[in-house]
Amino acid sequence: MSTRIIRFRDWARPVPPARREVLSATPESDEGKPPVLFVPGFGHGAWAFAEYWLEHAASRGFPAHAVSLRGHGGSGPGPKATLRAYSHDVVQVAASLPRQAVLVGQGAGALVVERALARYPARAAVLAAPVLGGWATLATALRRNPAGTLPAVFGGRLRMGRRQLFSREVPEATAKAYTARLGRASTRAQWQLIAHRAAEPPVGDPPVLVVGSPDDRVVPASALTKAARRYGGAPLLFPGMGHDLMLDARWREPVDAILDWLDKGATM
Amino acid sequence: MPTSTDHDSATLWRDGRPVYDRGETVCVIGAGVSGLVAIKNLKEHGFGVDCYERETGVGGAWNWRHDRSPVYASAHLISSKPFTQFPDFPMPDDWPDYPHHSQVLAYLERYADHFDLRPHIWFGTEVVKVEPADNQKWDVTTRSTGGYGGERTHRYAAVVVANGHNWAPSMPEYEGIDGFRGKIMHSSAYQDPAQLRGKRVLVVGGGNTGCDIAVEAAQQAARCWHSTRRGYWYAPKYVLGRPADQVNDAILALRLPLRLRQWLLHWTLRLTVGDLTRFGLRKPDHKIYETHPIVNSQLVYHVGHGGISPVPDVKRFRQYSVELADGTEIEPDLVVLATGYQPRFEFLAPELLGIGADGRPKLHLHAFSRQHPTLSVVGLLESDSGLPTLIHWQSVAVARWLRLREAAPQKAGEFWSSQVAKAPDRRWMSANVKDTPRHWFEIAHVDYLRALQKTLHEMGPA
Ligand SMILES: Cc1cc2nc3c(=O)[nH]c(=O)nc-3n(C[C@H](O)[C@H](O)[C@H](O)COP(=O)(O)OP(=O)(O)OC[C@H]3O[C@@H](n4cnc5c(N)ncnc54)[C@H](O)[C@@H]3O)c2cc1C
Ligand SMILES: NC(=O)c1ccc[n+]([C@@H]2O[C@H](COP(=O)([O-])OP(=O)(O)OC[C@H]3O[C@@H](n4cnc5c(N)ncnc54)[C@H](OP(=O)(O)O)[C@@H]3O)[C@@H](O)[C@H]2O)c1
Repeated sequence: MSTRIIRFRDWARPVPPARREVLSATPESDEGKPPVLFVPGFGHGAWAFAEYWLEHAASRGFPAHAVSLRGHGGSGPGPKATLRAYSHDVVQVAASLPRQAVLVGQGAGALVVERALARYPARAAVLAAPVLGGWATLATALRRNPAGTLPAVFGGRLRMGRRQLFSREVPEATAKAYTARLGRASTRAQWQLIAHRAAEPPVGDPPVLVVGSPDDRVVPASALTKAARRYGGAPLLFPGMGHDLMLDARWREPVDAILDWLDKGATM
Repeated sequence: MPTSTDHDSATLWRDGRPVYDRGETVCVIGAGVSGLVAIKNLKEHGFGVDCYERETGVGGAWNWRHDRSPVYASAHLISSKPFTQFPDFPMPDDWPDYPHHSQVLAYLERYADHFDLRPHIWFGTEVVKVEPADNQKWDVTTRSTGGYGGERTHRYAAVVVANGHNWAPSMPEYEGIDGFRGKIMHSSAYQDPAQLRGKRVLVVGGGNTGCDIAVEAAQQAARCWHSTRRGYWYAPKYVLGRPADQVNDAILALRLPLRLRQWLLHWTLRLTVGDLTRFGLRKPDHKIYETHPIVNSQLVYHVGHGGISPVPDVKRFRQYSVELADGTEIEPDLVVLATGYQPRFEFLAPELLGIGADGRPKLHLHAFSRQHPTLSVVGLLESDSGLPTLIHWQSVAVARWLRLREAAPQKAGEFWSSQVAKAPDRRWMSANVKDTPRHWFEIAHVDYLRALQKTLHEMGPA
């Protein structure tokens, strides 16, 4: 599909503004590395990256930021938000950064990042444990987490259990505390997760990396391979980890791999 | 300030002058909206870029510090944000629908920093000559602005002209104007309402500039006459509580035939703005969309409050007065000629842009030279919506075209001969626009983008 340049929806019906929470960690000295913007998945807020990844990326010289999509974390409400509104949130924050940014989306945040790439020429993008949606996603979710998924089919909240999100290495109490912090995406966005138009092609042809875990209980390994193939690569795999790579006990491995990839020239 | 000495050393000569070869680098002339977006998109397509800008900063027209800036203290956009921002770098959510000119400059400066464009720009450097060289290359001669220092010539693989068309005033001629004892100025020299305070002011011209200045004069001057040579449609900034251009595009999205749209908009304006002849304004001599749109909610208001007296065309100047077409005489002490601007390309021989007796460049899509595949112009447009979005896609098309020439010369050759060289002159708008000097490059944004979309599609992906 080639880029569509007549955009009546963007022109005549711009996404309404929203207040957005952005958490940041900045390196001690500017090493000229590109800013990295982390985008959490449905239910999560910027806090999920503030736990470990933001500080870690900053310690490696990358200005690091995480945004809460509207209706999540400390951002303003977004009860009717669509995927378009979420990707608008990401593009707004990316464009507010002093330099061309790298976008990193986790879970359904990857789906949002894919859309943002069509509206912002990111320097590079990373899809971490990407939930790119479609009926297969629904089928997997219903099979693995029927009780948490069924209500969402009828407009309720999509609930994910701690054993889906985290490996057993995360202490029970910690995992419980994380799941207690989860919110929800809007009903419309939950629906769009299953049925949506394919994202328009990225602008500026950024390199795209897919990372994930073969033991992710939300995203099957086959989905990781499929996602990576779309961008002409293979996924980087971290066996033994749960879906929430940034909160799992071995959170350091995937983020180091991502930053190594950026250092190695994805953004040079 | 950088000098060109650190460019490659001269290996070529032209008329006894050294020419520094810049290889496959592309030259961009100007660092306003058009130049910045051209640099960014050329870079994104893998090109080296040198940009020359005669001023000391970016922003072009929007940089009010520049001598030639046509912008005045109160200027706000007339196109709302979605049409005025670049489609891949939105203006901030917390800015108003119609930002102030200083915000537009801040936006352009942020764009330049975000995409690291400044290292490509040679500020304070004016392009004085652009001449074709062997192998479809170009010799670009520059000197520092103001003419200090010598001239230098560099050879480029391609040239993108982005010099803007709102800085060379278009001055009408009137009988007796030399003997007039009051002050006469072109709107380009108007910057601040203090210039009007307490004066008896005649504003000539019904473009957006003339209307804005008339509104300021209504509030600052002792008297304000506003002379237009025809009646116009005055679109408000808001219709039904939404920016008017957004409502217009909601209607356009329905893909109704032009006549029906015109009828619908005539009605909308009837209901919102009302019958303007009641205010003493002339009935438009054309349908809506047939002149460049005026977007001004305040003009009618001030006419209704007696702050502005609408008057017909100027006939002649006398020593202390001005005679109008209907024979009345008025006695202004300041005349502001808001009669628009003229595109100028002094550094290019006219035939290179296909400029004939009518003085108008003949370019495919108002952008591509039909004779020289490596010469293009971006930003030479007026439209019924904001320009930056359009110029962005123009420059993407230019970058794609230059890429195609390198990557697939054969396909490029076929594309060129079938789509560009022989493409008929079109107007890119279905409305029958008035044939006055400012309207030959007026386009309708949707018609124009459809044509660009087709061009991009035919060239294939980047
Ligand atoms: C008062 C006013 C309000 C406007 N409002 C709107 C609006 O609401 N929405 C909208 O979309 N548009 C608006 N416009 C149109 C505006 O012109 C465009 O938005 C835009 O600024 C055009 O950019 P440009 O880069 O093509 O030209 P410019 O901004 O004029 O930039 C051209 C640059 O080229 C440089 N240059 C020229 N010749 C040379 C040379 N020989 N060598 C080196 N450098 C050179 C100049 O110094 C300048 O910096 C408005 C214009 C005016 C006058
Ligand atoms: N607030 C804003 O954002 C803003 C403000 C100002 C300008 N602008 C933009 O800047 C550009 C330039 O605008 P502009 O208003 O300076 O110029 P313009 O659009 O060219 O308007 C010139 C006006 O002067 C008239 N005119 C020209 N020659 C004349 C003559 N010899 N005698 C009598 N009248 C004459 C024209 O009449 P005809 O109708 O017969 O051609 C027209 O009404 C436009 O794109 C405009 O939209 C935007």
